Amino acid sequence: MSPIMFDLLMRSLWETVLMTLASGIISLVAGLPLGLALVMTGKGGISENLWVNRVLGAVVNGFRSVPFIILLVALIPVTRFIVGSSIGTWAAIVPLSIAATPYYARIAEVSLREVDRGLIEAVRSMGGNRWTIVREVLLPEALPGIVAGFTVTLVTLIGASAMAGAIGAGGLGDLAIRYGYQRFETTVMVAVVVVLIVLVCAIQWLGDRLVDRLDHR
Amino acid sequence: MTITASAIARDVLADADRRETSGTDRRVEDTAEAPVVRLDGVFRHFGETAALDGISLSVRKGEVLGIIGRSGAGKSTLIRCLNGLERPDRGSIEIEGRDITGLSEAELQPVRRRIGMIFQHFNLLSAKTVAENVMLPLKIEGMPRAERRKRAADLLDLVGLSAKADAYPSALSGGQKQRVGIARALAARPALLLSDEATSALDPETTASILALLKDINTRLGLTILLITHEMEVVRGVADRVAVIDAGKIVEDGPVWSVFSDPKASTTKSLLGAIRPSLPPAIGTALAASGETVLSVDLVGPEAATLLPALSIELGAPIRLVHGGIDHIQGQSVGRFFITLAPGASLPQAIAFLTRHGAHVETTGHVADHV
Repeated sequence: MSPIMFDLLMRSLWETVLMTLASGIISLVAGLPLGLALVMTGKGGISENLWVNRVLGAVVNGFRSVPFIILLVALIPVTRFIVGSSIGTWAAIVPLSIAATPYYARIAEVSLREVDRGLIEAVRSMGGNRWTIVREVLLPEALPGIVAGFTVTLVTLIGASAMAGAIGAGGLGDLAIRYGYQRFETTVMVAVVVVLIVLVCAIQWLGDRLVDRLDHR
Repeated sequence: MTITASAIARDVLADADRRETSGTDRRVEDTAEAPVVRLDGVFRHFGETAALDGISLSVRKGEVLGIIGRSGAGKSTLIRCLNGLERPDRGSIEIEGRDITGLSEAELQPVRRRIGMIFQHFNLLSAKTVAENVMLPLKIEGMPRAERRKRAADLLDLVGLSAKADAYPSALSGGQKQRVGIARALAARPALLLSDEATSALDPETTASILALLKDINTRLGLTILLITHEMEVVRGVADRVAVIDAGKIVEDGPVWSVFSDPKASTTKSLLGAIRPSLPPAIGTALAASGETVLSVDLVGPEAATLLPALSIELGAPIRLVHGGIDHIQGQSVGRFFITLAPGASLPQAIAFLTRHGAHVETTGHVADHV
C-alpha cells in the first residue's frame, strides 16, 4: 500500500471514529431520557400516561422504520440548518444521531423495563418519590444493560457511517466503496475490513469490561 | 446467629424514645392511646373477586400481629393497603391515628417513612453495597451523609452483619439478605414494621433465626410488627396475636396460644394441620379395626403436663398415649393428646374427669364397645 493510501486510510479511520463517537454520545444523551420516558409512561410505569407513551412510541417507530440512506437525504435541510452545510463529516453526524437516538432509546427501554418491580416497590415503601426511584433504582440497576446497549449502538453506528459517504462524509466505509470496490483495489478493501474488525473488537471489549465492572447482580 | 449487641439495641431504643418525647407533632402524642394501625370495613375488589371483603382490624403499639391465610386469601393486598401501595375501594385505614385512604401519593410519602417493610425476595438494590442499601431510607429522609453512615453501622451491628457492610447483596446468603432487609426497614426508626412473607424463601433454620431477630427487635425496641405469612410456624415463632384471613375476610382473631389450642374456623384448623398433632391415619385405622376408642384431649395450662397421670390414677388403670404432646406457645402449655384406655376402664368416667379439669375431649372409633 502506498504512503498516500495509508494516509487516506488513517484519515478515514479518524472520520469514522469521529462520526461514531459524536453521534453515539448524542444518541446516549438523547436516547436514555427517551427510553426512560417510554418506561415511566408505559403500562404500570411510575408515571403511567398511555397517551404520551403511544405518541413517543410512534415517533420512535417512525424514525426507526425509515432506511438510513433515505433519512440521510431527507434530513439534508435539517442538517444544513444545524451544521450550516449538508456535506462533510460533521454533516453526517446529524442524521446518524437522529437515527441512533430512537434505536438506543429502545435498547435502554428494554434494560430499564427489566429492573425488578419489587425494587421499585421497596423504594416506594420507604417513602421515595419518582425521582428517587429513577436515580436510586432504575438507572443504577439498569446500568450494565445501558452500557452494553451503548456498545451495541456504537458498533451499529460504525456500520451506518459507511453510508455517510453518500453525502461526502468520508470514513472507512466510503473508502472501501470508492477505492476497494469501484477501483478494484483489493489491498485497500482488505485493509479497511481489517481496521473495521479491530475497531469493532476494541469497542466491544471495552464495553464488556465496563459491564463486568458495573454488574453486581 | 444470636444477637449480642444489646448496647446498640438500647441506643436504637433510646433514639426511638427521644423521638417519641421530643416530637412536637400532635400525632406523636396520640400514639399513646391510638392503635398504630386501625382498619375499618376495608373493601378492595379486583374485577369480580373481592381481595378484601370488609376487613376491620387494629394493632396495638408493641404488638406482633400475624396475619395468616392461604395464597390468594387477600393477605398481600391487605399489607400493601397499609402503606398506600394499594388503595382500598371503601373503608378507612388509620396509621398512628391518621386516615391515609384519602392521601395523595406525595402526602403518603412521609407516612411511608414511618413504616418499615421487609419482603419475601428481600428487594435489595443490587447496584448498592449492604451499607448503601441500609442508608437509602435515610438518604430519602434527608439525613446528612456522616450521620447516615453511623446509623447504618449501628443497624448492621444490630443484625450481626457489620463485616459485610461493603459487600454487594449478591455475595450474601438468603438469611443475610433478609437481615440487611430488616436493618434497612429499621433505619428510619419506623413506628410499624410490615413483613410480607419475609421468611417464605428461606430454609427452616434460617427462618428460625430471622424470626428470633424479629422477636428480639420487638422485645427490645418495642416495635409494632405486622407480618403476613402462610406458615403457622412463623406465627407460632413470633406473633402475640393471630388473625386468620380467608377469601378477604377475617375468620378468626385472638391470642396465638388460644387460637392454636382451640381453632374455631375450618381454615384455621386446616392451616394448623401441619404443626398441630393429629392422629396419623394409619394408626387411627388400626385402632378402629381393633375396636379401641381413641380419645383426643385438648388442654391449655400447667395441668396439661399432669393430666394424663392423674387420669390413670383416677381410673386405677394404665392409659396408653398414642400420639401428641405438649407445645409451649407464648409461655402457655398447650397439650393435645390421643389416648386409648385399658380394657375395662370406664369411658364415661374418663371423659367426666377430663372435662372437669378443663379439657376438651372428643372420641373416635368404636365408642359403643365401652359404654
